[in-house]
Amino acid sequence: MYGALWRLLPGPWPVKVLLSLVLFGALVSVCFLWLFPAIAPYMPFNGNSVQSGLPFPASPTSVI
Amino acid sequence: MSVKRLQWGVRTLGEVLITFGLLLFLFLSWQLWWTDVTANRAQAVTIHALERGFGPVGTPERTAAAHVTPLATLTKVPFGEAFAIMRIPRFGADFARPVLQGTDHDTLTNGIGHYPGTAFPGQVGNFAVAGHRTTYGKPFSNIDLLQTGDVIVVETKASYVVYAVDRHVIVTPDQVEVIAPVPQHPGVKAMQAWLTMTACHPRFSATQRYVVFAKLVKSIPRAAGLPASYMAVPAGTVG
Repeated sequence: MYGALWRLLPGPWPVKVLLSLVLFGALVSVCFLWLFPAIAPYMPFNGNSVQSGLPFPASPTSVI
Repeated sequence: MSVKRLQWGVRTLGEVLITFGLLLFLFLSWQLWWTDVTANRAQAVTIHALERGFGPVGTPERTAAAHVTPLATLTKVPFGEAFAIMRIPRFGADFARPVLQGTDHDTLTNGIGHYPGTAFPGQVGNFAVAGHRTTYGKPFSNIDLLQTGDVIVVETKASYVVYAVDRHVIVTPDQVEVIAPVPQHPGVKAMQAWLTMTACHPRFSATQRYVVFAKLVKSIPRAAGLPASYMAVPAGTVG
C-alpha cells in the first residue's frame, strides 16, 4: 500500500519525501476540519446535559 | 506465486491496521487537545462581543448616583445565541465563559448551554445550564472543586446575578428533575431563584452527571457595578 504510493510519487527521493509530507498534512487537515467534527457528536463520551424522552417535568425518579 | 500473494496480503493488512491506529491517535489528539484550542479562542471572542454589547460597566462608587433601572427580563433568546457571561472566582479571577441558548452538541461547543424552557438568570425558578467537563474548552472542568458558598456571577445586559453554591449531586443522565423549577422536586412551585449546572461525570465519560445547585444571593443592576468582594478568589483555587 505505502510501497505502491511511494512508487506512484514522481521525481527523485527528496521530491517524494516532500510530496508525502504534503499529502500527510492534507490528510490531517481533512480529519481535523471535517471528519472528526462530523463524527464527534456520535462518540459516547460527549454528553453533559440531562434529558429524557418524556416531556419535562414528568420524571418522578428519585435521586441518589 | 501463492506465497507472494500471501505475503502481499499480510503486509497490506498490517499497513491498514497501522493506519487505523494512527487515525485513532489523531482523533484523540483532536478531541482532547485541538477542540480546547479552537473552543477557547472562539469563546474568548464571544466574551469580548458580549462585553461590548452589554455596554460600559458601572463602578461601585456610582451606586448612589445610579438610577436603579428595573431589571430588564430576558424572556426569549434565539437558539444558539449567547446572552450572558458566567464568572466563577473558584475557577480563577479571569474565568469567564459565554452562556448560550440550547444544550445540543454544537451549542456546548461554543460555551455553556442554557436549557431552553428553564428560568433566565435571576428569575424565580431554575436557571439551568450544561457545560463540558472535558474537551471544547471544558468550562466546567473543575466543577467538582466548587464548595458550598462559592460565588457564581452571571452577567447579563441588565444586571449581575450573584448565586452561591448550595450543594451537589451525581445523577444519571435521565434524571431531569435536577433542572426542575425547584431542583429535585418536579411539580413543586418555585418560590426562589436557583442555578443548576450539569457536566459529565466521571471525567472523560458520559455515564453520569455531576450537578451543582446554587441559590440566588442578589441581583445587582449593571449600572451599579459589581462589588469586587464577589469576585475575590477563594483560597485553594486551581485556576
